[in-house]
Amino acid sequence: MENVTKVFGSTVANNKVTLDIYSGEILSLLGENGSGKTTLMNMLSGIYYPDEGDIYVDGKKVAIRSPKDAFDLGIGMIHQHFKLIDVFTAAENVALGIDEKLNLKEVSARINEICEKYGFDVDPDQKVYDMSVSQKQTLEIVKVLYRGANILILDEPTAVLTPQETEKLFDVLRNMRADGKSIIIITHKLHEVLSISDRVSILRKGEYVGTVDTADATELSLTEMMVGKKVILNIDRPEPENPVKRLQIKNLSIKNSDGVNVLENINFDVFGGEILGIAGISGCGQKELLEAVAGLQNTCDGSSILYDSPDGESAIELIGKTPKQIHNLGIALSFVPEDRLGMGLVGSMGMSDNMMLKSYMDGHSFFLERKSPKKLAEKIKKELGVVTPGINTPVRKLSGGNVQKVLVGREIASAPAVLMTAYAVRGLDINTSYTIYHLLNEQKKKGVAVIYVGEDLDVLLAHADRILVLCDGKLNGIVDARNTTKEEVGLLMTKLQDGGEGK
Amino acid sequence: MNKNHEPLIRIAKRDAMVWWKAYLIRIVSVILALIVSAVVIFSITKLNPFAVYGSMYRGAFGTTGKTWNTIRDAMILLCISVGLAPAFKMRFWNIGAEGQILIGGLVTAACMMYFKSMPTVLLLIVMFVTSCIAGALWGLLPAIFKAKWNTNETLFTLMMNYVAIYLTSFFVDFWDKKQSHSVGIINLDTGKGWFPRLFGEQYILNVIIVVLLAAGMYFYLKISKHGYEIAVVGESENTARYAGINVKKVIIRTMLISGAICGIAGFVEVAGVSHTISTSTAGGRGFTAIIVAWLAKFNSLTMTLISFLLVFLDKGAAQIASDFNLNEYASEMVTGIILFFILGSEFFINYRLILRGKHKEVAAK
Repeated sequence: MENVTKVFGSTVANNKVTLDIYSGEILSLLGENGSGKTTLMNMLSGIYYPDEGDIYVDGKKVAIRSPKDAFDLGIGMIHQHFKLIDVFTAAENVALGIDEKLNLKEVSARINEICEKYGFDVDPDQKVYDMSVSQKQTLEIVKVLYRGANILILDEPTAVLTPQETEKLFDVLRNMRADGKSIIIITHKLHEVLSISDRVSILRKGEYVGTVDTADATELSLTEMMVGKKVILNIDRPEPENPVKRLQIKNLSIKNSDGVNVLENINFDVFGGEILGIAGISGCGQKELLEAVAGLQNTCDGSSILYDSPDGESAIELIGKTPKQIHNLGIALSFVPEDRLGMGLVGSMGMSDNMMLKSYMDGHSFFLERKSPKKLAEKIKKELGVVTPGINTPVRKLSGGNVQKVLVGREIASAPAVLMTAYAVRGLDINTSYTIYHLLNEQKKKGVAVIYVGEDLDVLLAHADRILVLCDGKLNGIVDARNTTKEEVGLLMTKLQDGGEGK
Repeated sequence: MNKNHEPLIRIAKRDAMVWWKAYLIRIVSVILALIVSAVVIFSITKLNPFAVYGSMYRGAFGTTGKTWNTIRDAMILLCISVGLAPAFKMRFWNIGAEGQILIGGLVTAACMMYFKSMPTVLLLIVMFVTSCIAGALWGLLPAIFKAKWNTNETLFTLMMNYVAIYLTSFFVDFWDKKQSHSVGIINLDTGKGWFPRLFGEQYILNVIIVVLLAAGMYFYLKISKHGYEIAVVGESENTARYAGINVKKVIIRTMLISGAICGIAGFVEVAGVSHTISTSTAGGRGFTAIIVAWLAKFNSLTMTLISFLLVFLDKGAAQIASDFNLNEYASEMVTGIILFFILGSEFFINYRLILRGKHKEVAAK
């Protein structure tokens, strides 16, 4: 791949990335969240079409317009989310989409052949809904091999596997390497990178950083490349003034719908007047943590979130309360969720109607009171400089930065005691980002407890007072943002401390 | 196949379009539809297209009686659309209007038969209330299952249609004394339970009821807190939960209203129009009304216009068939072409096409 660029709206997902892969090797693609790994691989597998740059396969320039083109070139991708049909058998899933006469017996025979060759364990007649996660993944790999792929891309294959299953997968990958296949594996886990790959390529914020031989790399050197040299950011960080305990989170555990622990036994306090940063690889439970506080998550028995109100009344338990109950108790909890248009705002409504999303039910009238939200919308538009044709233009039509200004503006306007933000500056330009940092600092000065889930370590280090690091759903440490290094936080994010509890 | 070309046409979503441009596209689409229909008419039947269009107009508005029939049918269609609007705005796929109409009509017919001794006004009120309750019940059942167990409302509401149809079949045979599988005109001799003539016109009461409902729905969706909740739930359940809205309650409440209004449509049809009940009382209008509601984006005023347009096309098609000795299929083709163009125009309002070669500048923006 040479100078490949992909732009989504105003976001540059990949900027002039150049990548080589040889046959008979395993290449790891490493990078923080949003560094463009998946986008890059999607262009290789025909899901996106690059805006600029060229792709060469075996020295020939090619245009990959669809997954079918990719297959014809021998490129196959195994996605994080499996693309299998539950009610079909393994063999039927493999045969799906292949333009030749369907002969399931032959398909099964060839599947067995492939399994034998590389050491897979797949029963061609088993239905997909009977399979475990690791079996499904194996089937995806077989499916790709069946179609004659020579270049395999695996997007975070180990995220769903147990350590034993991971070892098994790696054995198979090594067998495939011996057979001359090229394998690209996307992962966050440093020890896996070191144990499986021959070379490591690193992306950061859409840019290609470099490639190193695994033999020459250590966890520390990789972390450094991944997080980059410390960038000095000019973000104000006022000293917290007499912080008061606002939230006590005790034994918080959350299971997802598959019964897997997303958060395990989390304990920490949140103080008014400080910014608590939360760092972690994406999907480590940050979202669930915030939603639990907001009353949007079912938690396991024994979890407790106590709220100490600023006027010194006794602590209130938030677990088990709905957002409406929390609102009605007079607890001013503001939440800027990660999914701005899918959760924080109503895309088809204008600024004005969005202002009353959380307050429309106040008052006893059957009808809506539209005057004050309109006033608020005008005020936010003016003070935060929201660029919109009008306060009734659907917010979906605004640019990402303006959408975020609308959302943050509304959440701050309700004079919160606790303000939670998830990826508040994701996708925003520098100026808007600074506007947001400034707004959060103002809230901090007012004594608000600010929880800031972020992905940019430079920002977390420069902006937060303390940083809580999550790893695999466990609390892996709380560090003082003023006296820590990027590498320390980076390691906490990727490597579970001994004992796991990380007090 | 040359591997080095990018795709010929790609589709991209448009940003906002100026309102007059959107209307221009819609008007152009109607004109195009008329031209295409003219070509089709001429090539198949060798008739003068203008004569055919004139005949369509006469079919809908040719005489006072015809005009009133057009108004009458448009009112029923509008009533059903008004009932469907809140459900579809909430993205609850209520395709059970047929059943809700039928069950409303069925209890209306039952009241007409069993409460002959009641004073007319009281009887009308009883019929109105019972048809409301029956329709609401038909809407409530799928809503409860959806809210509690997240069942698929499309299948559930569809199945409720069949329950209503077979209930109607049963009662028609049960009430029918002459083994003719029809109840005939109910109270033909006394006119008991029929809508009274107001100002000398037969269908004024129909118009009043439906217009009141349509206006009420307009304000309910636009300025009430309930309407706001419906809009939020329809846009994203996640946002609704985030905002502290009780999604289950909103689903159930909205479907009660939706079903009740469809039940009223059955009441208006039986007591105000046909004075009989059969399995074809709803006559597919529960489905047609879905098109009306969606095309109008749930705005009562636009729904009125589209109801009239559809009824006009329908009446016109029937008139062409009798004037020119065509079978109705030929004239329904014209209806189909016009609808196709109107629906198609929405695509061009929301999306634009990017031709090969133009994409570099798009990317550069």
